[in-house]
Amino acid sequence: MILSMKWLKEFVDIDISAKEFAEAMTMSGLKIGKYELEGQNIENVIVGRVSFIEKHPNAERLFVCLIDTGKEEKIQIITGAKNLLIEDLVPVALHGSTLADGTKIKKGKIRGLESNGMLCSLGELGLTLNDFPYAVEDGIFVLQEECALGQDIRDAIGLNDVKLEFELTSNRPDCFSVIGVAREAAATLKKEFKTHEPVLHIKNEENFKQIDVCVEDKELCPVYCAAVVKDVNIGPSPRFIREKLRAMGVRSINNIVDITNYVMLEYGQPLHAFDLNFLKENEITVRRAVPGEQIITLDKIKRNLSKHDLIIADKLQPIAIAGVMGGKFSGVQEDTKCIVLESANFKADSVRSTSRAHALRTESSYRFEKGLDSQNCVLALKRAIELIEHLNAGKLAYPLIIKDYTEKAEVKIKFCPDWINNFLGTKISEEKMREILERLDCKFEKDRIVVPSYRNDLREMADIAEEIARFYGYNNISSTFHSGCSGGFYTKRQKFNRKISDCLIALGLNEIITFSFFSPKSYDKILLPENDGLRNSVKILNPLGEDSCIMRTTALPSMLEVLSKNYNNQNSEANLFEIAKEYTPCDVNYLPNEKNTLVAGFYGKYMDFFAAKGILEEFLKYFGLECEVKAEASPSFHPGRCANVQVKLKKIGVIGEIHPEVCENYGIDDRVYVFSIDLDALWEDAVFDKFYRELPKFPAVKRDLALVCDLDMPFDELRKVIKRKAGDLLEEVELFDLYVGDQVLDGKKSLAFRLTLRSSNSTLKEDEINRVVEKIIKELKKIDVVLRE
Amino acid sequence: MQKQLKEIRMLAEKEIAGSKSEQEIETLRIKYLGKKGCLTDVLKQMAKLSAEERPLIGKMANQVRTFIEEMIEKRNRGIKKITQEERLRAEKIDVTLPGKCRKLGTKHPITTVLEEIEEVFIGMGFNIVEGPEIELDYYNFEALNIPKNHPARDEKDTFYITDTMLLRTETSTVQVRTMEKASPPIRIISPGRVYRVDEVDATHSPIFHQIEGLVVDKNVTFADLKGTLEKFVEKFYGASAAVRFRPHYFPFTEPSAEMDIRCFHCQGSGCKICKGEGWIEILGCGMVHRKVFENCKINPQIYSGFAFALGLERLVMYKYSIKDIRFFYENDVRFLKQF
Repeated sequence: MILSMKWLKEFVDIDISAKEFAEAMTMSGLKIGKYELEGQNIENVIVGRVSFIEKHPNAERLFVCLIDTGKEEKIQIITGAKNLLIEDLVPVALHGSTLADGTKIKKGKIRGLESNGMLCSLGELGLTLNDFPYAVEDGIFVLQEECALGQDIRDAIGLNDVKLEFELTSNRPDCFSVIGVAREAAATLKKEFKTHEPVLHIKNEENFKQIDVCVEDKELCPVYCAAVVKDVNIGPSPRFIREKLRAMGVRSINNIVDITNYVMLEYGQPLHAFDLNFLKENEITVRRAVPGEQIITLDKIKRNLSKHDLIIADKLQPIAIAGVMGGKFSGVQEDTKCIVLESANFKADSVRSTSRAHALRTESSYRFEKGLDSQNCVLALKRAIELIEHLNAGKLAYPLIIKDYTEKAEVKIKFCPDWINNFLGTKISEEKMREILERLDCKFEKDRIVVPSYRNDLREMADIAEEIARFYGYNNISSTFHSGCSGGFYTKRQKFNRKISDCLIALGLNEIITFSFFSPKSYDKILLPENDGLRNSVKILNPLGEDSCIMRTTALPSMLEVLSKNYNNQNSEANLFEIAKEYTPCDVNYLPNEKNTLVAGFYGKYMDFFAAKGILEEFLKYFGLECEVKAEASPSFHPGRCANVQVKLKKIGVIGEIHPEVCENYGIDDRVYVFSIDLDALWEDAVFDKFYRELPKFPAVKRDLALVCDLDMPFDELRKVIKRKAGDLLEEVELFDLYVGDQVLDGKKSLAFRLTLRSSNSTLKEDEINRVVEKIIKELKKIDVVLRE
Repeated sequence: MQKQLKEIRMLAEKEIAGSKSEQEIETLRIKYLGKKGCLTDVLKQMAKLSAEERPLIGKMANQVRTFIEEMIEKRNRGIKKITQEERLRAEKIDVTLPGKCRKLGTKHPITTVLEEIEEVFIGMGFNIVEGPEIELDYYNFEALNIPKNHPARDEKDTFYITDTMLLRTETSTVQVRTMEKASPPIRIISPGRVYRVDEVDATHSPIFHQIEGLVVDKNVTFADLKGTLEKFVEKFYGASAAVRFRPHYFPFTEPSAEMDIRCFHCQGSGCKICKGEGWIEILGCGMVHRKVFENCKINPQIYSGFAFALGLERLVMYKYSIKDIRFFYENDVRFLKQF
């Protein structure tokens, strides 16, 4: 909320700079984020009087003026404006001056005659007709202000306020007003808060027909006050009102509307004015709307009301949505003669839900939503009447109508200085605490604190402790360190996650983090069949957009999106991984399952299926597991280059080359390789404990076997036979050549294996080795694998 | 025969000295010392000598043999050294050519900073607890003293899954889940993803990371809260970092505060980064509200506690001077490789 420093100063003496004030308020709890001096760009613009004016000899549309700025020498200025008369007071931008928008003014020649500055319009001072309704829009701003020749224009027209931008918290609705902030400022600066008691001149006129107010829903409207003002004289507001409204960012409209806004800003209590003429049967009822009722609000929109909406109605129809907005037809017009001023308290929840239901937020609803002090209604209404009378804008027809259904029980909280000190970890004296609370308008009744009615945030001891702490100064409380702790550790599972990324980083992969929601179209892009279970996703009711409306059931699209982004950014290669969550819906009554998955994705000239597989093998080895893969097609992958990944006979993931169609969908014109591993499954089998195995004492023997088999025979089958038959003696089996071509028959391939054999308790003898090799060859023959000739 | 031996010795000395390779030397060795070599020839004539002459000539012949053997060994060493020097000269490389190695990967900057923070708190005796991202309204709001229609709900702008299920807007949810299960003393931090209805721009993201902290025990005070967080700042930013605490409002803590650190860019004089304030807000904190304790069945008469929450992305952005939050989720390798 933006607040006028000038206005605040009417209630509290602020004798420090805006910077110091902002600092002090921030530290006591009302943060001032920014402050801005009005007209701070304007420089060297002063008040002058037109003392001579004639047509420019060389230009039809220009005038030559002599301006008196209080100095001996008059200033010659050329202007195009037609609204000037001799003796007019005008803003004069001198040579070397700056306007509101930063424009610099310099002297120069216009059609042969010297012009030593410029006469300003409202716009050039950063103002509009709302600020000075007597001025003209396209012409020079002719001043009707008390001012002196040569005076700085900002002082002359009151464009010298400081606008303070408060970042208020929702627990302090009382501070959404000048008075509320002034009270806090007074407590902060240890100054007196200057209260103002409005004075009214009430005459009871017998012949004026009174209105009847009937509050049907006393729960939603605990207080309803109204005043009838006659002999209304609609016109512009005086400068002191316009100036403050401007500083607080409110447009000046006319005296009555301005007064309602003025009082709202000053007291924090929204007021509403109706034209009495449109009030049927002089009757006001506060009730819930009946389904089917409608109202056209001030913003000219027809709104259908429901039984949840509290309304103000006359005998026939709704005239306002309570606390939100008035009806169009009953609003104050130019020719309004009699008005009803309403100052009421509406329940916060009700105003909030109505305001939401109609998507209509106003200054009024904004305040009611936070919960206002019901005891403020009468005071604010009196203040409005006082201003109306002060401006001769109307007369109070008869005494105020006050319907107050609140139970005026004061809130009392036990005062326990010891508890407060124990809670805060301080040693503040009871006396000091009392002094602070008294500054905050709290009273004492024996050992009880009586809380002022506007502080609905003070309800228990901790609330009082906060008040003490903030005025004692948070930063004056000496810091301590709470003792007694049982030690902090990573859990094994947390370490597991760390190991995963440590390992993959060592293998050259970069970690990525992606959004966990995406578009349902992502499933189409990865060619997921229509009936695939993965399409069943958790849906967001109010997403930012269609492309982020479901929680991912697979993190593959997220990875492909990032690879695509990198590809489009012309990065020649990418080796990425993400430890991602995937969300699968459960029964409606249960939270969805959040699954942990590792996704790794690659493209670039050094990458192929086996490079990716090598990384996966190393990764699994790090967790003490041997990687087993089995060719198996999967929708997003190249059908001939995809496999499931198994450890201990359990499927835990997939590895493969991404289907070219999927790559195309992501705009990647390169081969992409991906593997994904279910980390929850991996966690179950991962081996963390390492055991030492003695180093071999006896020499190893190497034997090479060149084998020929059918082209589509998987390497792994041969390897398994060799392993099985060689038994414990086999230390390592390595493929060192793979050949397909003229040297072997069509439809055949040659595989060259190197076996490392070693016994742990003796040096192997030639015949032992031969026996093993023969066993292997014999077994291989059974599956049509023969030695190459 | 003496003369013969002298000649052999002279000739051998000359020839060995003039030899140029190990093979040449080997040929000479065979020529002089071999089974059919010169020296052997001479020795074969020994039989013809008298008993007096035989030991003398024998001794002399042995001296010549030893001499030649030493000559050969010496020459061999010399030649080996020359050959090696030649090889080393030929093998000179340009040491400034690039090295060959698979490059190390990198951790995402968010993970790096998160782990740094975790380590600081683990050092202070905190444990790390995680919770679900898709949460019940109860844990995100109700239990944290934010009932339906509370003004604080408006500010949160929550993604809803159903009427009672949502994407958590803060990791404070884990506070409640932890307090329901464990009994004090409790000392945890809870990092994780949180969600808010915010359009993506340079400083906003609908998904970001938060670290929530909670301490519950007997006699935990506001001064302890300050001490713990100041220690965190000291360890994370260094001893020169200055902090201040400002009053603030959160429904789940009372008193509540925000902690600012002095702007590390301008040292407090005011700049673009701190928006002229000289301070940068880094976390919200406060004493756990009585109602939150009661909701978790912890007796506020016996126990007190404090909680705090900080946004990770902002911290990482400040740490590395990253101006745009979107870089974190775009994952351009040129960005990732910098960390």
